Amino acid sequence: MAIDILMPALSPTMTEGKLAKWNKKEGDTVSSGEVIAEIETDKATMEVEAVDEGILGKILIPEGTEGVAVNTPIAILVEEGEAVPEGPSTAAPKAEKAEPEKAEAPAPKTASPAPQVKAPVEKGSRVFASPLAKRIAKDAGIELSTLKGSGPNGRIVKKDVEAAKAGGGASAAKSAPVAAYTSGGSTSTPHSTMRKVIARRLTESKTTVPHFYVSVDVKLDALLALRSQLNAASPAEGPEAFKLSVNDLLIKAAAVTLRRVKGVNVSYTDEALIEYNDVDISVAVSIPDGLITPIIRQADRKSLREISNEMKDLASRARAGKLKPEEFQGGSFSISNMGMFGVSSFSAIINPPQAGILAIAAGEKRAVVKPDGSLGVATVMTVTLSVDHRAIDGALAAKWTAGFREVVENPFTLVV
Amino acid sequence: MSTTDFDLIVVGGGPGGYVAALRAAQLKLSVAVVEANHLGGICLNWGCIPTKALLRASEINHLIHDLGQFGFAVDNPRFDFQKVVARSRAVSKQLSGGVGHLLKKAKVPVFDGFAKLAGTDGKKRKLAVALKDGKSVTLTAKNLILATGARARTLPGLEPDGKFVWSYREALVPDELPKRLLVIGSGAIGTEFASFYRNMGSEVTLVEVADRVLPVEDEEISGLARKAFEKQGMKILTGAKLGTLKKSDKDVSVEIEAGGKKETYTFDRVISAVGIVGNVENIGLEGTKIVVDRTHIVTDDLCRTGEPGVFAIGDVAGAPWLAHKASHEAVMCVEAIAGKHVHPIDVTKIPGCTYCRPQVASVGYTEAKAKAVGYQVRVGRFPFIGNGKAIAMGEPEGLVKVVFDAKTGELLGAHMIGAEVTEMIQGYVIARSGELTEAELKETIFPHPTISESMHEAVLAAYDGALHF
Repeated sequence: MAIDILMPALSPTMTEGKLAKWNKKEGDTVSSGEVIAEIETDKATMEVEAVDEGILGKILIPEGTEGVAVNTPIAILVEEGEAVPEGPSTAAPKAEKAEPEKAEAPAPKTASPAPQVKAPVEKGSRVFASPLAKRIAKDAGIELSTLKGSGPNGRIVKKDVEAAKAGGGASAAKSAPVAAYTSGGSTSTPHSTMRKVIARRLTESKTTVPHFYVSVDVKLDALLALRSQLNAASPAEGPEAFKLSVNDLLIKAAAVTLRRVKGVNVSYTDEALIEYNDVDISVAVSIPDGLITPIIRQADRKSLREISNEMKDLASRARAGKLKPEEFQGGSFSISNMGMFGVSSFSAIINPPQAGILAIAAGEKRAVVKPDGSLGVATVMTVTLSVDHRAIDGALAAKWTAGFREVVENPFTLVV
Repeated sequence: MSTTDFDLIVVGGGPGGYVAALRAAQLKLSVAVVEANHLGGICLNWGCIPTKALLRASEINHLIHDLGQFGFAVDNPRFDFQKVVARSRAVSKQLSGGVGHLLKKAKVPVFDGFAKLAGTDGKKRKLAVALKDGKSVTLTAKNLILATGARARTLPGLEPDGKFVWSYREALVPDELPKRLLVIGSGAIGTEFASFYRNMGSEVTLVEVADRVLPVEDEEISGLARKAFEKQGMKILTGAKLGTLKKSDKDVSVEIEAGGKKETYTFDRVISAVGIVGNVENIGLEGTKIVVDRTHIVTDDLCRTGEPGVFAIGDVAGAPWLAHKASHEAVMCVEAIAGKHVHPIDVTKIPGCTYCRPQVASVGYTEAKAKAVGYQVRVGRFPFIGNGKAIAMGEPEGLVKVVFDAKTGELLGAHMIGAEVTEMIQGYVIARSGELTEAELKETIFPHPTISESMHEAVLAAYDGALHF
């Protein structure tokens, strides 16, 4: 029988996506596991694999279509010799409230399995807006999902879009405008989906998580020396070759510290404190229109070479927008390194539900007082740990930063 | 002893007040109504409803005299004018009783009396009520809704005199059918009375100070209405200036200047329909922070007055003076009091209906108004002559006109004249309230054969062109 292929939810926050590309044409044979299409979401480009085998009978959503809601039938798969039905057997998704808290929302209820998606899926949430509001928003390039509706049951109406337009500073008043002081003007660029996600997540974090910060200065000379020695030991080329960055070593150092000092690799929930068994480090990577945090899983158990190679791969795919959801969703602790930009210190915003993030500033030559009281020069960096005070108290944060300094200043633990 | 303390007291039992009380009861607020005259207010007793009963009679009279086109012949058609009037009163009485029943069912006590604000008692509002039986009672409530309504405006020299000069009130219970009738004012009230009396057989002169009849309607519709009235034999004088009424024993003469000509006319009766004034007197507004501007209580978009806990809705709170506006404000206001999230009324989404023959109905911006506020418009029209049902019904005169924002496809306004348009305008009101654009209206399937198909065709006419014209 004919099977509807539905728009998959590729991440918990995904409500719609762009059907970027069809890898198969109508009439093509599809085998299970084969990549049939590519989908662009707010975070990445994803491949959709076929679950069932058959013949791609009909493509319902042409490639290049933006804003395809999760669970919308995108194609129909038929068996050999079977007639191709005109339309999908399942209707487009009904409006349902998004449940962002549920990591394991049920998969879409359809007669047939949706394409294989490993990431947890979530029901699509429909944006309620009047046809007029939709049209005005489209013409003005305003993303409806960013607006708060003031109409019945929170429906977005004309007034809301007009207000957003006016707020964007680009609207022309309907009634005869009063001659007003004109400044140099401004231009407004509509937000990308990623920018909106960043804005929402960080606002949520900074307004709901009580942050506090602990900074320590860490001497880097020993770690830099170790790095040089290790890199010198790398084969010149070939699959065994590696080139460790300072960041790779610091990822491992943070992971080792998390393993040593209990209580920071945690999440706070209203009911309980959750302590993670694995140390999964989210590493902030700057990408053209924002940032993303690919994850080095079980970083405490991986060798520096593994971490280094994995990080290179993740970073390059992050910049290309090709990360899979499971590669950037989750993680138990974050690192944000701005050392390469020469900053002397900064504090980072926690990435919920994690309870801690380590902000790493630039290593620089500084005058230091040596144990014997004489002055010397050392390469020093300031790191600042931001923690969720609901889960982690000051003494523990101080203990952790001291532990991190200990590891970095005595870096041999990183290789044994 | 009965309860005298409530969450909410509504002063006035008209379409604003009694609806407020019913909604409050639904929301489990303790609520009472104080009514000085009759439940149902002007609307049920002296306005919307009894006039519709009369206009129905006049339509029938028109039809009886127009039966030939349907193949009928009736000898010596006649009516008993007093029975026509009595039916109108009976309709009002039935509905007013119905309101009493609804309030009783909702367990809302009704105090028959005249209420006056009487200061506060702690956080509560006090209300002194002079009951009809001569006693008085003091009621208290956290919230008050003033829904005292409005009455006819009287101009000097045009005061109702119980004989020659009528307000709507006397015009609803005429002792006899006047032979020669002057109607002053061509708003909805004046036009409906002019239409009723003309269709019952009076010689009617309708005068209007503005340059057209039904001056709030779209100009095109005004023009068609005038033509239709004149075809029915009504005399219409616009841009008119009225001299002093000269009353004799048996009639009234008056000099009217219109179109550069002064002429003296003689009438048996005069109906003054020159607007209304709010009922703001003797209800204790003096010394409070409640502001009255030209006989109307000033409120914000959630019906709040200057006094916390005191609200005003309906006619007393200002234009448009329409029962459905009062009822809608009532629900909004009570829901706000109950802590619900409410939406202020947008007057451009309130429909207006005039039940003259032909009927007139509209919502939103007229073409001229839309242009004046800066819209670039797309206008569509469809005449009833292109509509099968209208022709089959013998009602081929009518027009549907729609005004869209050319830029966004917003339905800015809709204006209709012809048979049954008062029943049809709600379609466009839904479109406007739901913020539908021309795209949804074009895709809507209208039933055939109905006059409402003209509404679809008018939309098509604004864009791709009408199919049947």
